[in-house]
Amino acid sequence: MPRWAMVIDLDKCTGCQACTIACRMENNVPFAGHELADAGRAIFWNEVFVHIEGEYPNVKAAITPRPCFHCENPPCVKVCPVQATYKDEESGLVLQRYDRCIGCRYCTVACPYGARYFNWYKPEWPPGTENYQNPDVPLRPKGIVEKCLFCEHRLPIPACVQACSSGARFFGDLDDPEGQVSQLARSPRAIRLLEDLGTEPNCIYLKEGQ
Amino acid sequence: MSKPRPGDGHEALLDPIERTGWRFYLLIVLLLAVFGLGVYAYSQQIRQGMGVTGMNRPIWWGVYITNFVYFIGLSHAGTLISAILRIVGAEWRRPFTRLAEAVTVFSLPFGAGSILLDLGRIDRAINVIRFSQFKSPILWDVTALTVYLTSSIIFFYIAMIPDIALLRDRYPNAPAWRRKLYRTLALGWKGTTEQYHRLEKIMGGFAVFLSLVVVTVHTVVSWIFGMTIVPGWHTAIIGPYFLVGAIFCGVAAVAIVAAALRWLMGLEKYLTDKHFDYVGKFLLSLTLAWFYFTFAEYLTTAYGGEPSHMAVFWAKFRDEFSFAFFAMFFFCFMLPLPILAWKRTRTVFGIVVASISINIGMWLERWTVIIPSLARPRLPYPWGAYTPTWIEWAVMAGCFAGLILLYTLFTKVFPVVAIWEVDETFHSPAPAHAVDEPAAAAATGD
Repeated sequence: MPRWAMVIDLDKCTGCQACTIACRMENNVPFAGHELADAGRAIFWNEVFVHIEGEYPNVKAAITPRPCFHCENPPCVKVCPVQATYKDEESGLVLQRYDRCIGCRYCTVACPYGARYFNWYKPEWPPGTENYQNPDVPLRPKGIVEKCLFCEHRLPIPACVQACSSGARFFGDLDDPEGQVSQLARSPRAIRLLEDLGTEPNCIYLKEGQ
Repeated sequence: MSKPRPGDGHEALLDPIERTGWRFYLLIVLLLAVFGLGVYAYSQQIRQGMGVTGMNRPIWWGVYITNFVYFIGLSHAGTLISAILRIVGAEWRRPFTRLAEAVTVFSLPFGAGSILLDLGRIDRAINVIRFSQFKSPILWDVTALTVYLTSSIIFFYIAMIPDIALLRDRYPNAPAWRRKLYRTLALGWKGTTEQYHRLEKIMGGFAVFLSLVVVTVHTVVSWIFGMTIVPGWHTAIIGPYFLVGAIFCGVAAVAIVAAALRWLMGLEKYLTDKHFDYVGKFLLSLTLAWFYFTFAEYLTTAYGGEPSHMAVFWAKFRDEFSFAFFAMFFFCFMLPLPILAWKRTRTVFGIVVASISINIGMWLERWTVIIPSLARPRLPYPWGAYTPTWIEWAVMAGCFAGLILLYTLFTKVFPVVAIWEVDETFHSPAPAHAVDEPAAAAATGD
């Protein structure tokens, strides 16, 4: 069983959000519009967070792109009452059964990374955009949870990795000791978010400051 | 002068069953209107989606889940008063048992129902049984609540059998549906000494079982929150804290119901000032217990000073939830404590004021436990805020109206005080209705 993992080099990331757009197109993530986005209801399988630290003139913007981390010990999987989200035995990925989810949003509460999103309304597609939907990825109905699946339909090259304009993203098998991803994961710059929670995310950041 | 009928001497309890005034119909219409509003609001939510609520990311749960915990808490009083006080032999419980159990039985469906109202896909609710995953605390809840609801309905019912038999014998000329109802539910009760002994034995066993269930249920409710690693929820105290809160607001709710029934039906003979004084003192001790848990909880958080926990702490003490938080403290502690502690204010009216205050406070307590923790995720990114919409308030009003509606209808069919249990105290030790076996056989023509 491979251990699929993503490495994101924060020194290389420019915050251009090409990953978010590529993901949106690849995975049929519906458009939200201003009103829904302002209400905190936009769906981003890959979201780029900007965190401004410090006070002028000593200001620093920390940019963190965040896919689903496909944790080794995912808090979301434990709490799902119907196994609509589960750890796939073959790929080790945390996947979704859209037709089973009851929309209780326990997984969204349990995920400490905010990687899960809920369909508050029936997804709307502006006229004409339906023609650009990806036939390989199912559309999701209202009232259920969805999230990044590491593009399991096109492994091993997730759309965000392919689209990254500065080459900041890497994807591969952590169990392959010679692979680029496992080499980068051993770097002294390698960190994982909220590591002390014991979730063991399979997304490794190379921290800034090289 | 007609010949004496069974139940004579308890006219105050039986009057509402015999006569119905216009006020009753007015109340029913009002309650139906509010309930209908709730149904309409919920239908909008079904049609359009959960987006019609104020919930968002990261405040995934709101009024519905608050109501879920609140209503389940409310339901604990009945079991506590009739089961636990039965085991410890607190005789003052007797006139309260049935009206308290009715609170349990009628509020539980709204507690369990609130979780269903919160589902994005109610049409798939059956998946919880089809694809059960017992690692999820939701399954623990489904199990505990099913057991609790079933066993408290049975307990409620078997404790009512002697009175149902009394109604059957008292109204041989009642409308057909009523006669049929009483005859079926009475299960051929004759009121023999042996039957009373058997009933007491079953109820004793049930009381022990239900006491265990009541502790389990509310602990498991709290574990929905406590088992996650969300700051502010992930503490071991959350189980007992929720349990004490549940008993606190449940007993207060019973005090309100008892006072309302006493006033509306003139039940001073059964629910005396002395009885209310006991309830008042009981509530006083629960007020102090609630304070103890609250103090322990927040001191531990503040002293430890862990950043993710402190973010939630300050959300309650300083930021957008401070109003709700301090209102909770006022309604749960500052206001009821002096009223209940001072003998001169511990009157029926005082206890009702304190009890209403406690119920407002405990709803706010559920709110300030659930929402601020969601509003302060561990990662420091810009997150949303939560304002419930009219849909959520209307659904909540509908739940309350539904609860009161069920209760009101109940008072029209069954006596709200257990006549046989009260008689037992007057004629202790042998039950008043107990007759010798041959006499009963002769009376029923066996």
